[in-house]
Amino acid sequence: MIKRRKLVELFFVSLMKVATFIVVGSLFYIIITIFIKGLPAINLAMLIQTPKGGYYLGKEGGILNAILGSLLLGISSSLLALMISLPIVFYLNIYLKKASRFALIIRFSFDVLFGIPSIVYGAFGFTLMMFMGIQASLLAAIITVALLILPIMTRSMDEILKTVPFELKEISYALGATKLETSLKVILRQTFPGILTAFLISFGRGISDAASVLFTAGFTDLLPYSLFKPVATLPLAIFFQLATPFPEVQQRGYAAALVLTIIILIVSIGSRISLKKFTRQVLK
Amino acid sequence: MEAKSHIKVRNLNVYYGSAHILKDITIDIPEKKITAIIGPSGCGKTTLLKCFNRLIDLQDNVMLTGQVFVDDTDIFDNSTEVIQLRKKMGLLFQKPQILPMSIYDNVAYGPRIHGLKNNKKLSEIVQHYLQEVSLWEEVKDRLHDSAARLSVGQQQRLCLARGLANEPEIVLGDEPTYALDPISAEKIEKKFLELRKNYTIVLVTHILRQAKRLADYVVFLYLGNLIEQGPAEEVFSNPRDSKTQSYLSGQFITSA
Repeated sequence: MIKRRKLVELFFVSLMKVATFIVVGSLFYIIITIFIKGLPAINLAMLIQTPKGGYYLGKEGGILNAILGSLLLGISSSLLALMISLPIVFYLNIYLKKASRFALIIRFSFDVLFGIPSIVYGAFGFTLMMFMGIQASLLAAIITVALLILPIMTRSMDEILKTVPFELKEISYALGATKLETSLKVILRQTFPGILTAFLISFGRGISDAASVLFTAGFTDLLPYSLFKPVATLPLAIFFQLATPFPEVQQRGYAAALVLTIIILIVSIGSRISLKKFTRQVLK
Repeated sequence: MEAKSHIKVRNLNVYYGSAHILKDITIDIPEKKITAIIGPSGCGKTTLLKCFNRLIDLQDNVMLTGQVFVDDTDIFDNSTEVIQLRKKMGLLFQKPQILPMSIYDNVAYGPRIHGLKNNKKLSEIVQHYLQEVSLWEEVKDRLHDSAARLSVGQQQRLCLARGLANEPEIVLGDEPTYALDPISAEKIEKKFLELRKNYTIVLVTHILRQAKRLADYVVFLYLGNLIEQGPAEEVFSNPRDSKTQSYLSGQFITSA
């Protein structure tokens, strides 16, 4: 009997290990593939030059336009989304009561939005763009990507604010603080590391999404210089290069993918390090 | 020893959903005395305490009838400014609930939100109240360290200093020595005895000996009912109700 229970235990532990391995393994497989295929094609010119004529046919140039475009787009859309998410999550967690039906509806809507494919956001952004009478541009892309990452950011911040002990809010109110003062001076401080993480996850998602910028950002060989002009992005640069029939251009596509991956890695590793600075005063 | 009542509770009923938590409570809490609210767990002690500073407002599905007067104003009246009411009361929890900031900022939090900006004044306040709770010597060199690094006993004294820095009239303690070691607990108890001169203290406790050591006035709650209230020596030496007698002697209360 004991032997059988031990066998069952062993079986399920093995299953868990296999599942974990699949996830971690695929991550490393992807990163290694990008490195192997991209590293030989990467060079300084690629990082500091804009495409010269015929870059996508294998001629001279670089992808600085897409690197800068993506960084600008990623940062601005995350900031825009943050400005909308923060009020929402504070409203949900501080102002509405736990059993509020309204809060339930809001959370449900965000879960639904979470599941909508990014190409649909792209199409929605496109109609919005038409409606506003602007062309494919940095601005249109910022708005579209901000909408895309809004549910991710809101829901992850929401989960973090839910972990704040009820007593912490109570004691702040007991000292005569208003809800706003409690939110800004106590809750924000307590949850800052988590909020930063949620922000960076959303940034990573926003900077790497291709479908939503396909119609809205357009593409250009120029460096970004105006909110109202098309902007190049890394995901589309990767897409265009991988879609060509020329092996050397495809290799450059992998190099561009490598650049994008490294940007995201730097951001997440850098944030882990800087987080330590902010967690000093957080209550465990 | 007829003292003036600081908090008057009149026919207070509290319901959480369909659960009737406090049943028709009428109490007078004397000014500048220590009032101990005693009774077994789940008898509504904490709920009663949270009515006094209206933290009860935060609960879901709560329904309330009756009145509570603090300084003769009805605190549940619409015209009552809840922020002013809460400023009048310092609160201590079972587990010291520090704020996620430095020792200094913890004490300065109350005065700051109530509008004090002068840094010199703030520093004086912080020093004064940390001395008041005998914490100053232990922390004066690390005022700007996180309060989370203090021991639990020190944290509870910090919480007391933070409450007092708001210049309240009333100190509410919800089993404030519950999480503390005996020595830290004794420090808090002694502090309460000193504070009695200037503050009205309401102490929820289920440690009978603590109530005996500290209380001037005792309120005994059982299953949401007010069983007995009166001056401490009377209630402890000569309880009128059989339930109080059983509870004080450590027996099960057999429902009548």
